[in-house]
Amino acid sequence: MTRHLLKTTAATAGIILGLAATGTAWAQEAVNLRMTIWSANEAHLAMFNEIAEGFKASHPNVSVSFEPLPFDSYTTTLTTQIAGGNPPDLAWILETTAADFVNSGALAPLTDAFAAMDGYDLADVTEKATELWTKDGQLYAYPFSTSPFAIFANNDVLKAAGAKTPAEQIAAGEWTWDNAFASAAAAGQSGKTGLVVRDFKFQTWQNLASIWNGWGAAPWSADGKTCTFTEPAMVDAMTAIHKAIFTDKAMPGPGEDIDFFAGETGMTITQISRASLLPKENPFDWDLVPLPAGPAGDYAVVGQAGVGVFAQSANKDIAVEFLGYMTNAENSKKLAQFFPPARASLLNTETLASTNPLLSPEQIETVVIAGIANGTVLPGHTNFAQIQQTIRAGLDALWVPDADVAAVLGNVCSSVGPLLAR
Amino acid sequence: MSASASPNPKPPFWTIARRDAAAGYVFIAPQLIGIITFVLVPLGLVFWYSLHEWNVLASSFNFVGAANYQMLLADPNLPQVLLASAIFSAGLVVLNMTLALLLAVLLDQKLKGIVVFRTLFFSPVVVSLVAWTIVWSFLLQNNGGINGMLAMLGVEGPNWLRTPTTAMISVVVVQVFKNVGLNMILFLAALQGVPKELYEAARVDGAGAFKQFRRITLPLISPTILLTSIITIVGSLQVFAQIAVLTQGGPGMTTTVLVYYLYQQAFQFHFFGYGSTLSILLFVIVAVLTFVQWQLRKRIVFYEN
Repeated sequence: MTRHLLKTTAATAGIILGLAATGTAWAQEAVNLRMTIWSANEAHLAMFNEIAEGFKASHPNVSVSFEPLPFDSYTTTLTTQIAGGNPPDLAWILETTAADFVNSGALAPLTDAFAAMDGYDLADVTEKATELWTKDGQLYAYPFSTSPFAIFANNDVLKAAGAKTPAEQIAAGEWTWDNAFASAAAAGQSGKTGLVVRDFKFQTWQNLASIWNGWGAAPWSADGKTCTFTEPAMVDAMTAIHKAIFTDKAMPGPGEDIDFFAGETGMTITQISRASLLPKENPFDWDLVPLPAGPAGDYAVVGQAGVGVFAQSANKDIAVEFLGYMTNAENSKKLAQFFPPARASLLNTETLASTNPLLSPEQIETVVIAGIANGTVLPGHTNFAQIQQTIRAGLDALWVPDADVAAVLGNVCSSVGPLLAR
Repeated sequence: MSASASPNPKPPFWTIARRDAAAGYVFIAPQLIGIITFVLVPLGLVFWYSLHEWNVLASSFNFVGAANYQMLLADPNLPQVLLASAIFSAGLVVLNMTLALLLAVLLDQKLKGIVVFRTLFFSPVVVSLVAWTIVWSFLLQNNGGINGMLAMLGVEGPNWLRTPTTAMISVVVVQVFKNVGLNMILFLAALQGVPKELYEAARVDGAGAFKQFRRITLPLISPTILLTSIITIVGSLQVFAQIAVLTQGGPGMTTTVLVYYLYQQAFQFHFFGYGSTLSILLFVIVAVLTFVQWQLRKRIVFYEN
């Protein structure tokens, strides 16, 4: 008994002394917020930590930790954490899975909470950017990154192959997919690689929207209920892509993993944030241009990332408050260094030039600003993962030299149709 | 002592038998606790989950009875998935056992330096599975090492991981090369346990090398054949990493084996209830196959007693 009492006293004393030594605020309980992200970039983490430090000024008891998860398995890891009863308080969410998170009720509503914050101007965020993340007039995740798809060109490779560069084609007013594929084919047939759709890898087919949107094609109807892979626009677009891969060698085939930034590729379609991958040593003559015009005219495609608060979080209110702080006018400027903002007040050449030193004012105007203003978001759907896999499996039959494009796309629709109609 | 002492004193609780039993339980306790915590409880939970519709995002967990099992019977993908599993397992077992036995017979020689070869063939077993598979994924790429070598010989290799037949062959062969060493060592140990005088007697009776193998070696190592075949079949049904790294179940669904399909349903599509139902199916299949093999042992396995 006596010994037990001694132990308890010692433990209590230890705790009190420990608390006193660290100077923890007695009045407020310490709160640790956890946000899962898919970037492990040091510069990104430094910026987020700086924002979290700033929040500490008004909320000394709150600390925020940022937990980078691998991008490839991000949503899987996140849902496993939720299933395991250990969800984060805040999380980045991909545009493709936005519908799942927004419609399921997993996220806390933000609009009213943000409106109650001093000087928070939600109306500054373009409606086009918030559309995907809004349900019944409430915003459920803040779109902190709206990143246009564009074409990086390696003019050294293109010129060596005797092909016209995109800049030359733009100047001549002939920057179309026909001509872009022709330049890529020249590079591909010269022993280099023509055009790489980054991260596509014959798996992530939704990235092909950066091409087929030029044909006015879409994977499903606007209400998401009907498969539209069999529409003429999609058949034409896929036929052009198939020809570029298997007949003209304008694009690498399945199973060939090629990185544009290694310097042996004519062009790549990717998001502008990849400019950070341009080689510092042995640089090549690169350019950044908007996507070419397709048969349906000019178009732009954007990828989005949102950040939301889990409704189940024990610290939901404080997490919403932190999200408001992180995305207020001042911090949005910081975020814009790495993540193209969807705030009208920041969408100007001066702001974006100071944060994207690699890009010329013209590139910012034609690629970034025009892209964000006019871009269509990558396709997404409720139950996206299963739909994605089903279409991926169906499209595998397309990636062989003698594929019957229309027949394959017909099969895609018959297998994914029931899932879309649900 | 007091007068109330009973004429029949109560026997002591800790009899020798009880003491022994208690000691026995204490000795098996660590193992038992481990099995209960990490095998039986999860098994029970998986069955419990399989009776529910569990939407992780909406954090809803509703009892649906046998609905997931009805879905299993109506799943249009399931025949394809079971076929892929069967092809994978059959290919793996046949190739693995044949190669392992062949290597074991070849290495069961008293030659100088034979240990080097035994080590060489066994070494993939101790290599990390994922590292092993990633290296193979580079080799099997369309512009990878294997097709590069074939090109030097003037042969245009197939796109191994993107063509339905070669994709299945590739995952089987990668798995066989990884694990054949383990079965080989087991066979080698069994071969060395066969009494040499039996071969002498057979030779005296005029049996040739093949007949000796057929009539003496095979029957005497049959317990090991049974053991390795059970291990290999059960292992083959649980294949996951190779599929995840090499083919992600493609092209089409040709390499989507049951475990990979289960993983997709539960962890990618968030259907944890249906995923649990699929793992119950896997459990039943493994249990039935093991039971059948165990029954067969009475007919074809030779025991000294």
